[in-house]
Amino acid sequence: MSLLRLNNVTKRFGGLTAVNGLSFDLAEGEIVGLLGPNGSGKTTALNMISGYLPLSDGSIGLLDETISGLPPEHIAHRGVARTFQLVRALPSLSVGENVLAALAFRKAPLWGAGAKAEIDTLLADVGLGGRADQPADSLTYIDLKRMELARALASDPRLLLLDEWLAGLNPTELQAGIELISSLRQRGITILLVEHVMDAVRALCTRCIVMNTGSKIADGPTAEVLADAEVIRAYLGADHA
Amino acid sequence: MKLAAALIALLALAFVPSLVGPYPLGLMIGILGYGILATAWALFSGPTRYISLATVAFFGLGAYTVAVLSETLPYPLVLLAAAAIGLVVALLVGLATLRLAGIYFVIFTFGLTELVRQLVTYYEVNVTRTLGRYVFLPFGPEHIYWQLLALLAATLAIAFWVRQSKIGLALRVIGDDPVVASHLGIRITRAKLTLFSISAVIMTLAGAIQAPRWTYIEPSIVFNPTTSFLVVIMALLGGPNRLFGPLLGAIPLFLLFEWLSANFPNHYSIILGLLFIAIVFVLPNGVLAAVDSVRARLTRKEASA
Amino acid sequence: MLSSAILTGLVLGGTYALVAMGLTLQYGVARIMNLAYGDIVIAASFAAFVLFSALGINPLLGMLLILPLGFALNWLIYAILLQPLARRSRDRGRLEGDSILATFGLLFVIQGVALVIFGSGFQSYNFLAVPVNILGTIVAANRLLALVLAVAFAIGLFVLLTRTRFGTVIRAVAANPASAPLVGVNVDSVARFAFALGGALAAAGGVVISMYLTFSATMGVVFTMKALIVVIMGGVGNLMGALAAGLILGLVETLVSTYIDPGLTLAATYLIFLAVLVVRPQGLFGKATS
Repeated sequence: MSLLRLNNVTKRFGGLTAVNGLSFDLAEGEIVGLLGPNGSGKTTALNMISGYLPLSDGSIGLLDETISGLPPEHIAHRGVARTFQLVRALPSLSVGENVLAALAFRKAPLWGAGAKAEIDTLLADVGLGGRADQPADSLTYIDLKRMELARALASDPRLLLLDEWLAGLNPTELQAGIELISSLRQRGITILLVEHVMDAVRALCTRCIVMNTGSKIADGPTAEVLADAEVIRAYLGADHA
Repeated sequence: MKLAAALIALLALAFVPSLVGPYPLGLMIGILGYGILATAWALFSGPTRYISLATVAFFGLGAYTVAVLSETLPYPLVLLAAAAIGLVVALLVGLATLRLAGIYFVIFTFGLTELVRQLVTYYEVNVTRTLGRYVFLPFGPEHIYWQLLALLAATLAIAFWVRQSKIGLALRVIGDDPVVASHLGIRITRAKLTLFSISAVIMTLAGAIQAPRWTYIEPSIVFNPTTSFLVVIMALLGGPNRLFGPLLGAIPLFLLFEWLSANFPNHYSIILGLLFIAIVFVLPNGVLAAVDSVRARLTRKEASA
Repeated sequence: MLSSAILTGLVLGGTYALVAMGLTLQYGVARIMNLAYGDIVIAASFAAFVLFSALGINPLLGMLLILPLGFALNWLIYAILLQPLARRSRDRGRLEGDSILATFGLLFVIQGVALVIFGSGFQSYNFLAVPVNILGTIVAANRLLALVLAVAFAIGLFVLLTRTRFGTVIRAVAANPASAPLVGVNVDSVARFAFALGGALAAAGGVVISMYLTFSATMGVVFTMKALIVVIMGGVGNLMGALAAGLILGLVETLVSTYIDPGLTLAATYLIFLAVLVVRPQGLFGKATS
């Protein structure tokens, strides 16, 4: 049974069609890469799934319930969590409070002592153990990303949307990041990740969806998709095909 | 331990009326009144960073409710009615404006006082055919003082509770990033509306309790926009995100304003304006935060030395 | 009665539009939400009043002095008071908050100065208070002049912004202050100029108001409010929107006060304002941003 189903999802900004008739299904437990050159509509698609942007046309279903048209907080309560392309920490809160903010307002909220234990576990999981009391705006870039991931996990999602979570990391950090996401597989979380780092895509994704100028141009097992001539053309231009 | 200290302080303050003369008591009443308004203002505006300029709209509604109802209803019911009116107006205003971006909210609250004043005036002139009203309640200054002291204690208790509670966290998240807030499952409008209403009800009660001090009330007296303005500076000076910040900001500024208006009645508003600009310029996060950052700098220096 | 109400409404609306155009420049380009704006307007009204009653200078000539003064004063306000705030704020929200608070203080300073000099009473003077017959409706010549001036300023400003190179630069900063430097635009100086130009328009509005309305030192807030409402209704930074919204507001106010009750004009204004905000936050004539 499919967890997420996009049906003919379309987003127009004035005369520009950013996402054009996008349809795909995600099965429970899959880790799927959403690829495509800059401006191909990947982030816009994520924004529609999480409820940040309204759809111009089409529909989005989660476990056979329509979620398109719902505000983000309702979609979050149905089990969708995300990170943002540019990290959005809550700078005036501590690291622990950033995670607590997710625990306290999820569908099955945690507060008080239970929340405290869970914060420690989640922060330890992403490699920020023992740093709950630090102010969030004192973290380095990679640690902010870790914190944002811990916050997304704290929402107890069925579906996790990662928007270029691995971008901007150095090779060592990248390796650690890939291992971290890979470890989420055991939690049974379905992950849709927008990513430009191809090594990461190969290591993590069983399946890839490729977008170009708002439309889906390929969808299939990672190795096949990445070998697809049209995909290469979209990324690198006609000469390389 | 802290609770015990707070209760002892409260008890000690309750004896003030029997220890001091009428003039200091009047000052104490003024400080309590502004301390309540500033604390209530910061309850909502501190974490959300929504600057509300509507304080006196609620304050005036409270005072007017007492003026209108004090002869027909027993006093506790009058207070209850005032709270209910404040709540209804806050819900209406909040539902209409809290979805808006911060700037529109500021503009709307900026004019709300004028609107409420016009509506009250219209109602009085056309429906009840009176404009000014006399308030006859058998209260001395000490009764007003005690009521305000109780309200201040309640307001601080609420502020303390909010800081520990989920709704307080929700508001801080909203103040930092509303987009993240909604993606974490926070119902933004509901959270903002709840705190806006609590804050407005406290402001309404502060106006209601102080109404007997004027004896004569008319819209231009109780809906004086300067009050909203003073409350904002007081809270900013003390630091709106600290429990006692707004109260500590209210004490020196209230005394300063009293002194200014007694000694420079003609240049009062010029000095007030300049002072306000200075506070915005020099202390964007409030005096207490400035003190903290100085202290932090000193300790850092010590550590490195 | 209806045609006279409509004419009065158009005159009032023209004045609102003129006043609001200055604010839309200040907010749209310089990103300053100026709560002292109406007090600048009233200060210009007092200046025209003094020139006329003490020196016998006709307000049309007075504008030649008052407009440059308004420009200079606002240039200084921006350079001294607001530019430091603009420089220290990392994001737009912070600047909006700071500028609201700082100009709120400025409001009290300007109002306080006016109170010290002129007291709190209402002032007015008689200029061109002669009746003119337009299509059977009697209207005072000064009101007609006010409308003509408002429209003339609107057209002049529109031409300046859309037909000149400098106007293009201003619009570029309004559209995207972050990228304007990439094409060699000095955002600081453009913002300062736009703020000063907005101040000159406020001064023009003040002179026009003084020709046919009574005014007092504490009335500035009312004009700030109405200008803000017009700006928001018209869409921030949209001059033609401000003109249309100003006329609508003037008409509605006059009709409400003529046919319903003068005590409810502000309530009517607010109702429109709220309705616009809730239904179309980008303004009646603004473009949607997302």
